Amino acid sequence: MIAEAGHYALVLALALALIQSTVPIIGARLRDPALMNVARSTALVQLLFAGLSFLALTTLYVTSDFSVANVFENSHSMKPLLYKITGVWGNHEGSMLLWVSILALFGGLVAAFGNNLPLSLRAHVLAVQGWIAAAFYLFILMTSNPFLRLAQPPLEGRDLNPVLQDIGLAVHPPMLYLGYVGFSIAFSFAVAALIEGRIDAAWARWVRPWTLVAWIFLTLGIAMGSYWAYYELGWGGWWFWDPVENASLMPWLSGTALLHSAVVMEKRNALKVWTILLAILTFSLSLLGTFLVRSGVLTSVHAFATDPTRGVFILLILCLFIGGSLTLYMWRASSLKQGGLFAPISREGALVLNNLFLTTACATVFIGTLYPLALEMLTGEKISVGAPFFNLTFGPLFVPLLLAMPFGPLLAWKRGDLKGVTQRLMAAGIAALLAVALVWAWTTGGAALAPLAIGLGVFVIAGSIVDIAERTMLFRLPFGVAFRRARGLPRAAWGTAFAHAGIGVALIGIVCESTWNTEYIGTMQPNDVAKLAGYELTLKDVTQRQGPNFRESLARFKVTRGGDEIGEMTPSKRNFAARQSSTTEAALLSRGASQLYISLGEETAGGGVAVRMYHKPLVLMIWWGPVLMAFGGLLSLSDRRLRVGAPKPAKASRALQPAE
Amino acid sequence: MTRIVASLIAVMFLLAAPLAHAVQPDEIMKDPAQEGRARNLSKELRCMVCQNQSIDDSDAPLARDLRLLVRERIATGESDKQVLDFLVARYGEFVLLKPRLNLHTLLLWLLTPLVLIGGGVALLFNHRQRRKAAAFDGAAPSLSAEEEARLQALISGDASSEKTS
Repeated sequence: MIAEAGHYALVLALALALIQSTVPIIGARLRDPALMNVARSTALVQLLFAGLSFLALTTLYVTSDFSVANVFENSHSMKPLLYKITGVWGNHEGSMLLWVSILALFGGLVAAFGNNLPLSLRAHVLAVQGWIAAAFYLFILMTSNPFLRLAQPPLEGRDLNPVLQDIGLAVHPPMLYLGYVGFSIAFSFAVAALIEGRIDAAWARWVRPWTLVAWIFLTLGIAMGSYWAYYELGWGGWWFWDPVENASLMPWLSGTALLHSAVVMEKRNALKVWTILLAILTFSLSLLGTFLVRSGVLTSVHAFATDPTRGVFILLILCLFIGGSLTLYMWRASSLKQGGLFAPISREGALVLNNLFLTTACATVFIGTLYPLALEMLTGEKISVGAPFFNLTFGPLFVPLLLAMPFGPLLAWKRGDLKGVTQRLMAAGIAALLAVALVWAWTTGGAALAPLAIGLGVFVIAGSIVDIAERTMLFRLPFGVAFRRARGLPRAAWGTAFAHAGIGVALIGIVCESTWNTEYIGTMQPNDVAKLAGYELTLKDVTQRQGPNFRESLARFKVTRGGDEIGEMTPSKRNFAARQSSTTEAALLSRGASQLYISLGEETAGGGVAVRMYHKPLVLMIWWGPVLMAFGGLLSLSDRRLRVGAPKPAKASRALQPAE
Repeated sequence: MTRIVASLIAVMFLLAAPLAHAVQPDEIMKDPAQEGRARNLSKELRCMVCQNQSIDDSDAPLARDLRLLVRERIATGESDKQVLDFLVARYGEFVLLKPRLNLHTLLLWLLTPLVLIGGGVALLFNHRQRRKAAAFDGAAPSLSAEEEARLQALISGDASSEKTS
């Protein structure tokens, strides 16, 4: 009954999406406010039905209703409640349902909070959202229905993949989807602007908060996924340049570019045509990511060819939306007027440079991800593109980008004073050089470039501090006055500083982890001692334990440094009976930003156990960086001008004459 | 989702092989310099039954065979390049995680510099064009001789001449 209700709610949501995608557009053509307002109510009710459908599937999972095929395949009655709930999106059908639910959520939010938008713009935006939603509801209903029943309900489910039974699954996919799907709003705004043929600085101001929200979630989602992989997969890697990861990195790169170009558009009314294109590209890359992950094309081109229903469907959606929006763009973009002029050395110029490098980085990831697929499809030849390729091509792009980054916020709009800015950044430069010298003197071995890269990270962080110090006139005015100025500073300025510093923090973490990571691989008997980076790790014992739906063997390690006991680490290996599979649960011990990492391998015949231990210096900074960036985004989002939105009079005058 | 699929794939191989870690204690070479070379080479070689994993990371039996093979070749005194050549001759280009530059991979390698340079040139071109257009716009509504005279008068601060005119 619940399954049927959920299925039916999804069908109703599709019907509503179809109405939402047509009636408001007709309304805008006829300049009929009543018809345009249909967008608002349908978006809200669509959210209700999509939510109900999602709730129905969750209920089926929580009550372990194994008469539903999807629940049977991915759940188990003994599973802890949290994993019963997260199991909802731990599979193809459920994760697509989450996708459309989040899409409906964003549509609903625009409908609920978009009161300051001109009526026709809101109608168009929601109509475009309706098109996307309708396409994906159709996809779910036709190829991936999560509510299918089994004729003969089994007594027990097959359990969720053990690797996914982790808190990471509760956080990572929803965050990532909030990011991916959040960019649909920027896309809809862009298409709406192209349809209306009108775009101005106010448009950028309306789009920015939505883009920022999506960007914050995507940043956190990617970072979270990376940390999850780091501790769950058991070999201590945190980024693999896997096509699935690349699929989320591409929208992040172009989304970051979009955030920056939207600033130019908002403040200076320039780069309009480019901003629109970026908005379209960013969501297109989100769609591409969905296609890559959901079609199975990555696993094997042949697997895709033998069961192409889902893949072809998403490919059609992809072509329709990307092709359609780009055609519309080519047709209408030339009619958009170019805005304010600026000199190459200016805030705008710096942001354009940022866009050039981010776009190139995005193109590099794009070609590296898709080239092997394309080559195999066209010529049958198989090549691999992996981490060594990306390290060589993607990495160097960030050197000029990060070098230029501290300059951007300090340059004036229109025409900047490079010499003056360089003088003001002198302190940051000195800090960076000091860091290089210190690291050089302090460390032995490792790549010669590592100290320079750390210097770059310090330069970026110090540059952010200089930016704030300059704005508050710290050191030039009495401290009290500077403090008051700091409080009065726009939140967006603080946001920029935090986000930029976050990049520097992450860079330092990445460089330290990959350069001075030490490891110990060996077989240990109880009471054996392994020495690693100045720590002594003693294996105390290996015991067996019964968990809710698994058995695990648990090793206890005593960690000492110079005789002082620091703590205990208990890595384990779990065997899940239902799937006849096992996972490694690595043990982590944080010391400041550095971590000790132990994961267990095979138990040997003589009572020993194979272990892998790592000391990862400053590894946590890799994830603190993105957290800082997201915090910066949050500060920016709370900026007064985004909360207040566009001036009221504009709304009033436009509302009277909705369409042009 | 990113990691889910990656995890799923990892799990497929965990299923296929008894749970094992990438580099096993018994594989490690006695000479640390040679072992270091072997590890570096391992990071550049693909475990061909895995999805985008190097043999250094992978748990699959094939990856273990390849790791042992790399160490065998190093032990016989081959250079890094010779080892890679041997593996490419045996398994094809697919085994390299960093494809070699040839006709098939030209676009792959050249796209990044092309986009960067092309983008830079386009920006420069666009800037020049717009500056020219702006200069033209600025020139079009030029002042007439009379206006010019008034302007001069204003600048020189001779307010009386302005009033009388």
